[in-house]
Amino acid sequence: MNILETKNINKYFHDPVEFQVLKNISFTVGKGEFLSMIGKSGSGKSTLLYILSTMDTEYQGQLTIDGQNVTGQSNDQLAAMRNQKIGFVFQFHYLLPEFSCMKNVMIPALKLGKHSMQEIEAKAYDKLKLLGLEDQALKPASKLSGGQQQRVAIARALINDPLMIMCDEPTGNLDSKNTAIVFDIFKELTSQQGQTIIAVTHDEEFAKNSDRIIEMKDGEVV
Amino acid sequence: MNINTDIGSTYLFTNKKLTLVAVMGVLLGMSIYIFMNSMLVGFDRTSAESIFKSTAHIRVYKDDELSKPLYQSKGGKSIIINPKVVPASNTIINPNEVVALIKKDPNVTIVTPQVSATIFYNVGKTQIAGMAIGVIPSEADMMFNIKSTIVEGDFDKMQNNTNAIAVGSGVAEKLSLKINDNINITSSKGVNRNLKVAAIFKTNNSAIDKTKSYINLSAAQQLLQENNTYITDINVNIKDPELASKVAPVLTTLTGYKSEGWKEANESLMAAFRMRKIVITFVSYTILIVAGFGIYNILNMTVSQKINDIAILKAMGFKGNDVIRIFLTQALSIGVMGVIGGMIMAVVLVTLLKKVYIGGDIGFFPIDYELTKFIQGAIVGMVITFFAGYLPARKAAQVDPVSIFRK
Repeated sequence: MNILETKNINKYFHDPVEFQVLKNISFTVGKGEFLSMIGKSGSGKSTLLYILSTMDTEYQGQLTIDGQNVTGQSNDQLAAMRNQKIGFVFQFHYLLPEFSCMKNVMIPALKLGKHSMQEIEAKAYDKLKLLGLEDQALKPASKLSGGQQQRVAIARALINDPLMIMCDEPTGNLDSKNTAIVFDIFKELTSQQGQTIIAVTHDEEFAKNSDRIIEMKDGEVV
Repeated sequence: MNINTDIGSTYLFTNKKLTLVAVMGVLLGMSIYIFMNSMLVGFDRTSAESIFKSTAHIRVYKDDELSKPLYQSKGGKSIIINPKVVPASNTIINPNEVVALIKKDPNVTIVTPQVSATIFYNVGKTQIAGMAIGVIPSEADMMFNIKSTIVEGDFDKMQNNTNAIAVGSGVAEKLSLKINDNINITSSKGVNRNLKVAAIFKTNNSAIDKTKSYINLSAAQQLLQENNTYITDINVNIKDPELASKVAPVLTTLTGYKSEGWKEANESLMAAFRMRKIVITFVSYTILIVAGFGIYNILNMTVSQKINDIAILKAMGFKGNDVIRIFLTQALSIGVMGVIGGMIMAVVLVTLLKKVYIGGDIGFFPIDYELTKFIQGAIVGMVITFFAGYLPARKAAQVDPVSIFRK
């Protein structure tokens, strides 16, 4: 079953000069797949990731997520969809420093508003436990180490049980030990929970161990 | 609690210093706004009070008329080329009937007739020009509160003594008059009378004190060699002085005589009041708007500081409106705290100033707790806060998360 499908995606940058970043990108991603996107800087892999994540809407072509055509939907519709179906992990953790780890993890679920406070708390605690952070739950996010913060960010990406997790250099700021932990978590998510992971990475080792690699060069899939 | 307000209030309380500065801004603006506007109300009230010591709300009198042709001319040419004032007496015909008619109006509270006579106060060979106002003492006192201006003697003694006179303090000084002294006056008709000083009054206007005196209505009629139906003015007080301009035309049509409200009679004074109002309104609004800039600045700063948070929230599915709500929560919380604080501060300021003694016929500083101004201030304060918060909030809502993540 395909969870994500792109058809002839083209994107241009207009500033400072007209430049085609993506050229006729067409591929599909299946459910439970662990996909790595690699390529040199400027190859367009990050740009593609942001289009796939629906945050960048200025492109030509067609993007289908979970059987639904998302091209041309309004920003509010896309936001609601992201909230429910997509989790995000970036190179930087982007936690809200004023809140506890627990609260940070809970925010997307509170936004979704489908469960009661107790259910959300229980779920957030489960996710933190999954990432080995249950003792840190009530600490402010700013007091944790870099590796811990990144794992909290992953727990936050998982809270709504999204279909897909989009990662931009998820291990870029981590040492080898933490990278291994994150990688193992991703592996487990895809194989056991059936969640799809699309990760942009520079880490050869990380990419090699994933299910599938898409290599980009000059805006094209190689 | 909604997650948007939750985040908004967390930003508010983790940045206590900034919040406090913004709240102080609104608080000061708010309190000065209420304070100055309460002061304005007080000023207007005392000014009106001092005007009403010598002017009735509405004055009904017979205006001079220009002679009019009996027949309307045809072809636009006037029959009377150089019309003159009709040489008729300026008395109100059948004054008792007119007074009764005016009294029927439900707005009217006091109606009293008056005769003004230009006179000379005689001292030896010199004569001092002046004005004697013939009144019914008890009614005139009700209307102008004359007793409050009496510095010597007893105005009540005027009531049953047609030979009594109440003179201004300036007149008394020039003629070196004391209570129960006799004074000789001559009217424009050449009638001489000796009157006894019953009281001396002092208003806030020295020109009036140097010329004016009150005598009985019948004495004034005698001075002018007129009978007891001769009345030049009918003074009318109404329930709400502000309605004078509306009631006056009604009385004009009702009586057929010219009726003039106090605002029309004191046009230049009213212009000065309006100017005062414009200045105070301008200053008080400016102060509130400056407080609004404070909120705007601080929220703008918060938005810049929290740009990463905004980006990730938007990535995680927060809509533009959610982001606006987060920052509006902050702005409006600051506004509410500032408004409440400002009201307390205004109460303190008014309480302090109320106790300041100014002197003169004003006494204590004319300021009071004006509920309408407090409510008005709160509304204006919240509206300004809303816009000061909405602009940065909208900017935050328009943040493009991709451009933040790509840095």
